[in-house]
Amino acid sequence: MSINCLTPAFLIERDKDRCIDCQVCVRQCANEAHRWDEEEQRVFSEDANCVNCHRCVVMCPTKALHIKKFPLEFRYNANWTQEAMRAIYLQAETGGVLLTGMGNDRPYPIYWDHMLLNASQVTNPSIDPLREPMELKTYLGRKPDFLKIKNGKLLEDIPPQLELELPIMFSAMSFGSISLNAHKSLAAAAKKAGTYWNTGEGGLHKDLVEHGDHTIVQVASGRFGVDADYLKTAAAIEIKIGQGAKPGIGGHLPGEKVGEEVSQTRMIPLGTDAISPAPHHDIYSIEDLRQLIYSLKEATEYQKPIFVKIAAVHNVAAIASGIVRAGADVVAIDGFRGGTGAAPLRTRDSVGIPIEFALAAVDTRLREEGIRNKVSLVVGGSIRNSSDIVKAVALGADAVYIATSALISLGCHMCQKCYTGKCNWGIATQDPQLTKRLNPEIGAERAANLLKAWAHEIEELLGGMGINALESLRGNRLMLRGIGLTDRELNILGIKAAGE
Amino acid sequence: MKRVYAREEYCVGCKLCEIYCIAAHSKYKNDLVKTFKKEANPPISRILVEESRPVSFALQCRHCEDAPCTKACIVGAMQKNPKTGVVTNEEERCVGCWTCVLVCPFGAITRDERGHKVASKCDLCSDNSQMPACVEHCPNRALVYSEYVSNNGTK
Amino acid sequence: MHYVIIGNSAAAVGAVEGIRKVDKENPITLISDEPYHTYSRPLISYFLAGKVTEEKMLYRGQDFYQKNTVTTLLGQKAIAIDTDSKEVRLENNEVLVYDKLLVATGGTPFIPPMAGLEKKNVFTFIKKDDVKAISKVVATGKKAVIVGAGLIGLKAAEGLSSLGVDVTIVELANRVLSAILDEDGADIVRKHLEKRGIKFELNTSVEAITGGEEAQGVTLKNGKSISADLVIVAVGVRPNTEVAENSKIAVNRGIVIDEKCQTSIQSVYAAGDVAEGYDLIFAQNRVLPILPNAYCQGETAGLNMAGSESIFSGGFAMNSIGFYGLPMITAGIVKPEGNGYEVLVELVPEQSLYKKIILKDNIVVGFIYLNKVDRAGIITSLIREKTNVVDFKEKLLKDSFGYIDLPQQLRKSKLLKGDSMSCW
Ligand SMILES: Cc1cc2nc3c(=O)[nH]c(=O)nc-3n(C[C@H](O)[C@H](O)[C@H](O)COP(=O)(O)OP(=O)(O)OC[C@H]3O[C@@H](n4cnc5c(N)ncnc54)[C@H](O)[C@@H]3O)c2cc1C
Ligand code: SF4
Ligand code: SF4
Repeated sequence: MSINCLTPAFLIERDKDRCIDCQVCVRQCANEAHRWDEEEQRVFSEDANCVNCHRCVVMCPTKALHIKKFPLEFRYNANWTQEAMRAIYLQAETGGVLLTGMGNDRPYPIYWDHMLLNASQVTNPSIDPLREPMELKTYLGRKPDFLKIKNGKLLEDIPPQLELELPIMFSAMSFGSISLNAHKSLAAAAKKAGTYWNTGEGGLHKDLVEHGDHTIVQVASGRFGVDADYLKTAAAIEIKIGQGAKPGIGGHLPGEKVGEEVSQTRMIPLGTDAISPAPHHDIYSIEDLRQLIYSLKEATEYQKPIFVKIAAVHNVAAIASGIVRAGADVVAIDGFRGGTGAAPLRTRDSVGIPIEFALAAVDTRLREEGIRNKVSLVVGGSIRNSSDIVKAVALGADAVYIATSALISLGCHMCQKCYTGKCNWGIATQDPQLTKRLNPEIGAERAANLLKAWAHEIEELLGGMGINALESLRGNRLMLRGIGLTDRELNILGIKAAGE
Repeated sequence: MKRVYAREEYCVGCKLCEIYCIAAHSKYKNDLVKTFKKEANPPISRILVEESRPVSFALQCRHCEDAPCTKACIVGAMQKNPKTGVVTNEEERCVGCWTCVLVCPFGAITRDERGHKVASKCDLCSDNSQMPACVEHCPNRALVYSEYVSNNGTK
Repeated sequence: MHYVIIGNSAAAVGAVEGIRKVDKENPITLISDEPYHTYSRPLISYFLAGKVTEEKMLYRGQDFYQKNTVTTLLGQKAIAIDTDSKEVRLENNEVLVYDKLLVATGGTPFIPPMAGLEKKNVFTFIKKDDVKAISKVVATGKKAVIVGAGLIGLKAAEGLSSLGVDVTIVELANRVLSAILDEDGADIVRKHLEKRGIKFELNTSVEAITGGEEAQGVTLKNGKSISADLVIVAVGVRPNTEVAENSKIAVNRGIVIDEKCQTSIQSVYAAGDVAEGYDLIFAQNRVLPILPNAYCQGETAGLNMAGSESIFSGGFAMNSIGFYGLPMITAGIVKPEGNGYEVLVELVPEQSLYKKIILKDNIVVGFIYLNKVDRAGIITSLIREKTNVVDFKEKLLKDSFGYIDLPQQLRKSKLLKGDSMSCW
């Protein structure tokens, strides 16, 4: 044994006047931050184990618990911050890569919060969505350059389209990184709301095949769970090239998480590590990508749109252009705040670019090249609320992907410990003791409620702008004004400054 | 009749049902803090969470159609209300012979020996509210109060 | 339609409730030679000890007969049944004509031959009147001899001892409660009672009750003599079949009944301690003098008398009693004789703790729970349902044994069964 320099991150305060020693906290904490002492006949805290996930705080029937930052003052140092030092202590202890979960939490600017929406006054009157029809319907897929019509009939088939009742889909999260109950919740909510959920790279569990018509299945570098049935069951297929939280990095699901169900669904042996290589080993060029896109189209008889998902990186506009030319029907771009089940901390926190810039750049580039109609753009990576969505659509997105917000609706409290497999909310875990905490009936209701509420808010915002169909807002950057942005930023976003 | 059904696939083993059951039957009705801090001898829970990780579920009186406990009771204290179907023990008359414990196929009767010995069991909170306290406070809908639930939890 | 019930205890009450589930109108006449509102027989020892009042002893509320429109003939004894003319004759020569008859005359004390039984202060212990008579002669410091260390004898002993009476129990068998406990269990119970000052003479019996007009003691077969102010003979009960004896109703040890609780004669039913119904464990008809059985048979008889088809699939021996805070629950075969039995045991005499479960071909056929009796009914139900326990046998003895230990399928099917639980 040697000294461990790490001090607790959080302090658990138990209000003695309220605590009834019922031990709900003890039973609910998978990190063993609460402990029943037989001899003293009372509950004690192990602060060092606390990850501040709030499970105990929420479950405590008398609300006797408060979690605080551990009140340990580090000598003030603008350079050597507490975080910087703690990271070093930890690595000195373990010799390992720092791991984390969920999205980038660094205080980079959030450009959504530097854009403001317009509203109608006097001319072009606003619309009350409660009294008048309001259209959020969105079709994702390649649109023809022009329509040939004879005798009032289309002469050529339109390429396959995905029909969404609202411009929000659940983003890819694999079974393995999240629980089957989380998948069930999202699948049922997507069906209820008339939208889609995404399997992620871990295959489609047999219980969810019934939701196939609301499922986007992913084909990633590990090719887990991919077979002909998988592709046919789905409404659309997504080739995953990259993920906003860890561009350029593969995935690694440790063998302990590969239980019976995960192993069957991923089609890999029980208990083996599931490794997704960083690149697809058969894709080294746009041409290679085109081959995969067309293989998938062939396999599904050109009936399903093919998505390609990439992380927002420096050259995103050129890359997206190549992807469109490779034949993708939808390009999904994941910003640098996108969530993850596990990522190296340094990658998560310092690789990639903000989704707002990526979106603006890609949309502008595709327009300039005259190929914007050939593809739909879906963006994700920390869409936090309905106004983020409206701003995204005005910047040029066809729809958005949400993952973190979806998990928060299921109960996630952002402790960022997904990678430990001890998610106290039953979301990012495969431990049967924990997964049952997420009742998919409740989960589906909550996730569907979130979509319903956001759809309603989007209608309100559209109505305010005097717009009665989301279609009319798409790429309409005149509806946006920047605030607190430099000229360069305004330029990249393609928007005017507030007051202009 | 409506009964409480447990759905073990969603029981998280928190035992809030037990805690709220105790409070619902305490003299400080439903006040948790007073029940556990002021009552010298808080009531015994009438619902029991059985657990062998990862499986857990709560079990209480099934209010049997043809309740064996009511037939076995040697003093006639255990009775099924012909209108509501609720099986309750008239604790005044109970002598604590535990013949009901002997016959209850669910093990749903506990021996309450805090004072005058009585057989204690779920009364579906019938004097209290519309919804039994355990069901109301179950955080994960692992308890449902309904006419009948099939194995997969649908009504 | 006229229903006549002879008896006024558990079986009779079961029958009244059974009849009234189906037939709310036709008259019921209930005859009992005890002049009391129906009371709980097992409570007589509590009554003796002053732990319950006469009013608290009632088995059903004061309005029971009225609510169920029952005409009672209390304090009247039925002496004969004519099944051809469908008549019951009472001691006062009155004759009642019935359409359906239930004989629920219960048990009568079994009194082994011994000299001096006719003396004053020699009692039996199965009726309220027995208690009233005994109460007149007991007082602190008096001495009592109880013949028989069965359930009734021990209950009488506990009652008397709590009144300050010095009690000695004489028992022919080698142990107390020989019908429901084995040696290990009996040992714990005897020691527990001895600590409370009750004395035992085992392996012997009373030769004679000594004294003049009043009993003053007993002499035992083992040569000892014990002085006593009162003697209670509590060797056991046997079916009180007297009223059926000169009729055509088939009587074996008790009145033989089928699964509808009907006797060999149509329209005549019997239930309770007087009857000999089906024993699920022994797979043959046996007298089972316990209250749950009496009620269930009575209820089944009542339902059938009123025209509803109802079947009582059978009972088996089971008891729950306690002495001075030591509870015990036993059922079925507790001391297996012969081959093919498997016995699971946990015995901690210092804690008066004993658990024994008897299996045959992986089916539970009996158990003893001493001191830790919680949730015993789960085991009882395994006996009744003849559940094969091979998958969870090793868990049966656990303190926390419960539904969690059953295979999931079995557990789920049982837990949904509240709807259909049938009569014990
Ligand atoms: C002291 C004591 C303790 C007991 N403790 C328990 C216990 O803890 N648990 C348990 O399960 N069982 C116990 N028993 C047994 C239980 O009391 C009987 O199994 C139950 O009372 C049987 O009910 P029954 O209706 O068959 O008959 P009984 O209770 O014997 O009643 C028969 C009735 O019929 C009346 N009667 C008889 N003959 C005639 C006639 N010719 N005319 C008119 N009326 C007549 C009698 O007066 C009596 O009222 C105990 C018994 C005693 C005596
Ligand atoms: S409150 Fe609900 S989840 Fe918690 S132990 Fe009881 S039944 Fe299970
Ligand atoms: S206590 Fe037991 S026997 Fe009585 S009604 Fe409830 S579950 Fe049935």
